[in-house]
Amino acid sequence: MDNAIAVAPDTHAEDHHHAALPQLRHHFETEEQQREAGTFGMWLFLLTEIMFFGGMFFAYLLYRNWYYDAFVVASNQLSIPLGGTNTAVLITSGFFMALGVWAAEVRKKGLLVLFLVLTIAFGAVFLGIKYVEYHEKWEKHHVPGASYDIKEFVNPHAYGLNEKPLPPDMAQKTQIFFSLYFAMTGMHALHMIIGIGLLFWLLARAQRGDFSSGYVAPIENFGLYWHFVDIVWLFLFPLLYLINRHPV
Amino acid sequence: MSEHIHDPANITNPEHADHHIVSPLQYTYVFVALLVGTILTVVAAKIELGIFNPIVALAIACTKAVIVILFFMHVYYQSKLIKLTVASGFLTFLVLVTLALSDYMSRAWGLW
Repeated sequence: MDNAIAVAPDTHAEDHHHAALPQLRHHFETEEQQREAGTFGMWLFLLTEIMFFGGMFFAYLLYRNWYYDAFVVASNQLSIPLGGTNTAVLITSGFFMALGVWAAEVRKKGLLVLFLVLTIAFGAVFLGIKYVEYHEKWEKHHVPGASYDIKEFVNPHAYGLNEKPLPPDMAQKTQIFFSLYFAMTGMHALHMIIGIGLLFWLLARAQRGDFSSGYVAPIENFGLYWHFVDIVWLFLFPLLYLINRHPV
Repeated sequence: MSEHIHDPANITNPEHADHHIVSPLQYTYVFVALLVGTILTVVAAKIELGIFNPIVALAIACTKAVIVILFFMHVYYQSKLIKLTVASGFLTFLVLVTLALSDYMSRAWGLW
């Protein structure tokens, strides 16, 4: 037996019959193998997302150390009630997504549809609150660019703010904070908008019964994406909203 | 040859993890833990801890992230391959941050 591959009799094909199920495509041996391959692939994609957001987190880390005073006053412009509510809203959305995965696993179509709708609803509430926050920044000219206004940072007491007045050059550095704020929360919001789009597609398929007979992978892998977007926010909230909330 | 099972398609891989279904009750525990963590992080930010403020904030955020990854994302119940993949991604990120930060700290004199 010098060539095992050539000599070994191929009894495999007769051993079992490959049914044409979406959870067991013909190029996989077992459902477990297909599932693990899918999970592995999804995680590889999420690792690229870590690197994508990671670059912005690094820029934040660097500039926060360089222009700490500007970061503190700019961060205090953000609303803890709105940001905190949004954190809870996003966690709730993720909770319903997790329940959706469970509903698909135990093949309850009605519950799956309900949980997907709730996931979408809470995701939409998050984006709504985000819009309110963005709008306020727009009105106060705190969007970086030509019409950016540093008056509240140079002369905070005139605007009822209990902050240390910044020299104009440091006050200009608040633009860096807001650039990172809009870049990071904006990319996060874009991920949520894409996610909600995908959720509507999954909802239509769930309604059709695609995920109620043992084929859970699309729900499960989308869940991974949705939870990943949650995790990004779990870091964004303390880093952007809570830099220095304990003025001495 | 006799010692090894002829299994080129890796069907009998003992590393394959069974499809574990996490119960709604477990998800509820995770959900409550995350909400408590959110309240904690706001409370901790209001207390003057000096240099420890960002450390506490990041510690709470990391704890929440690990809970999400292990249970909402089922990594706790996955095979070693998946666990290693996830861990390697975060490790690589930390390596890149460390290298980039040491580069900045050794060049941009005056700003540190």
